[in-house]
Amino acid sequence: MKLPLWLKEFFIQVSITLLSILISFIVGAVFIVIAGANPIEVYLKLFEGIFLNPYGLAQMIFKATPLIIAGLSIALGFRAGLFNIGSEGQIIVGGFLCAYVGFTFTNLNSFVLIPLCLIAAFVGGAIWAGIPAILRVKTGAHEVITTIMMNFIAMALTNYFITYHFHLPETVHTQSISSSAFLGRLDHFITAFKGSPANMSFVIAILLCVICWWVISKTPYGYETRAVGFNPNAAKTAGININRNLFTTFLISGGLSGLASINFIMGYKHYFEEGFSQGVGFMAIAVALVGQNNPFGIIFSALLFGALSHGTLVINALVPKDIIQILEALVIFFVISSNIFAKKYLSRIRD
Amino acid sequence: MSRNKILIFFTLLLMIPSFSCKKTDKLKDTRPAIALVFDVGGRGDKSFNDSAYNGIEKAKKELNVQFDYIEPGEGADKESALRQLASDKYGLIFGTGFLFTDDINTVAIDFPDKKFACIDYSVDPNKPIPPNVLAIKFKEEEGSFLVGAIAALMTKTNTIGFVGGMDMPLIHKFEAGYLAGARYVNPKINVLVGYAGVTGEAFKNPAKGKEISLSQISKGADIIFHASGSTGLGVFEAARDKKIYAIGVDSDQYYEAPGYILTSMVKNVDVAVYETVEDYLKGSFKGGLKEFGLKEGGVGYVYDEHNKDLIPQTVINKVEELKKMIIEGRIKVPSV
Repeated sequence: MKLPLWLKEFFIQVSITLLSILISFIVGAVFIVIAGANPIEVYLKLFEGIFLNPYGLAQMIFKATPLIIAGLSIALGFRAGLFNIGSEGQIIVGGFLCAYVGFTFTNLNSFVLIPLCLIAAFVGGAIWAGIPAILRVKTGAHEVITTIMMNFIAMALTNYFITYHFHLPETVHTQSISSSAFLGRLDHFITAFKGSPANMSFVIAILLCVICWWVISKTPYGYETRAVGFNPNAAKTAGININRNLFTTFLISGGLSGLASINFIMGYKHYFEEGFSQGVGFMAIAVALVGQNNPFGIIFSALLFGALSHGTLVINALVPKDIIQILEALVIFFVISSNIFAKKYLSRIRD
Repeated sequence: MSRNKILIFFTLLLMIPSFSCKKTDKLKDTRPAIALVFDVGGRGDKSFNDSAYNGIEKAKKELNVQFDYIEPGEGADKESALRQLASDKYGLIFGTGFLFTDDINTVAIDFPDKKFACIDYSVDPNKPIPPNVLAIKFKEEEGSFLVGAIAALMTKTNTIGFVGGMDMPLIHKFEAGYLAGARYVNPKINVLVGYAGVTGEAFKNPAKGKEISLSQISKGADIIFHASGSTGLGVFEAARDKKIYAIGVDSDQYYEAPGYILTSMVKNVDVAVYETVEDYLKGSFKGGLKEFGLKEGGVGYVYDEHNKDLIPQTVINKVEELKKMIIEGRIKVPSV
């Protein structure tokens, strides 16, 4: 059988990933047995709760949405050789600015306010990434250190604003944003999704994936970025302004992270709450790695992580939470390490 | 190749338990099903969540019900967890903690034929409680009244202290009851009051708790009651350092500083949970606000083998008398 090479590679990639998920489930079964439950029963319930149930599917989408956007942000950075570990902080600042715009300009209509909120989220994330970006370009300070530190500053700063200026009495969240900034829930269109907060942010996330793919693979900027990430010295020799490219990429990466906040703020609770990001920025690193920094790969890996995250609830009645966290970690571990084998194998069939 | 064999061997090995066990009745289990969603703190907090769990365990043993629970991993999962249980076989679903208020309201409206109960529900006068939601609240002021009386009867310096966590209405109830109880038995008593802060952080700041306690002790306080979460650990430390008594809160905190904990004002979440299950089984579950005070056994103070030697019998007699008077309605305990 003569398959085109890319299709063959795709199949191999997918089957290796599925196989590694299977292995992680087999290893996970050991822990489930130790916890005194029946692994088959647990896995059946997991499958049933996520895929055979519209609500489960919707929850998977809801959980995957911020992971897709933040995963893109990380992947874009990786492509340019940047390790943006500050996604979490950028989500928080972007979310805060987004909510601030949302509850301040309440007299605007949806056509103005929704884009304005999206821009605010992007700008918030970009500003927060801008500081490490300047430090990197001007002084060479490594972004891993600076972005991690910026995470703590973001949390402390927004906590301060919430507790002393913006919170509603006896809560840790702001007032609600204007209803014209709400992103519609998907259950308006698909009634089976009823109850799930999955919302239009998912569509925005998919659009962002397409845009990112186009920018990376079809524009001069994307070409430069890939060149810088692949070999900075060669890129420099070829006349690419490395610092300018790194700076721009850093800002866009931060802006994308900022946009990851819209799923919660414009789509679900409609306010900024202390700690709403729940580690999405860190999980996104794993999402980008599993998705191999490919915008479409990221959609799939984010859905996988979304499914697992919802799955923790589904099977929580059967096994303790800790066991499911072990299972999640096993999946990450096996999928990422299988990528190494996949790369070796693929390069062999290419030759 | 041998690696593959090992893999196959393990796979087969893992299948053994699935064939051997659980052929029985999962499907045939027709006992009424109840479920509980823990707060993010989850099981093992030695306080609130564990107490709720004990209540359900007791119900499971004595009332013949089946019970499952979920520990949500993150804040946004609370609603999802409730919804998932509601769409399953469970007829009665508990949420533990005031943070569940909004989520329970939303889910209860979508599942009108299921029953919900929220512990420490925060009542918003502008939002009605859905008819299938039981809002469980505790009369913390009544329990605080009794420990206030104990403190006032036992002080040698005529000065006692109160350390609150966050300066908010829920904690003011403890303060009001404590003050009323102390003044009831000794109108001339001097009560020192301090709060650790105005944010949620005030419930987890032992250093601040110790600082406030030490300042109260230096002003003569020899018994201090706290209602401040883990900030209270600082109060206990101060009590141990300065050899005075402290009074615990929510659950029996004797073990935090044995010998220095005079008693604890306990909030019997387990009693409330058990009773709710009982009502549900009898078909007498009714939505709306339900308060658990001394009369309902929802609050109380600890007097057992640990602190029997610390509190004289005469004090206990007096306090039991006050308890009776509150239950009979002869004493009205203020909550603000």
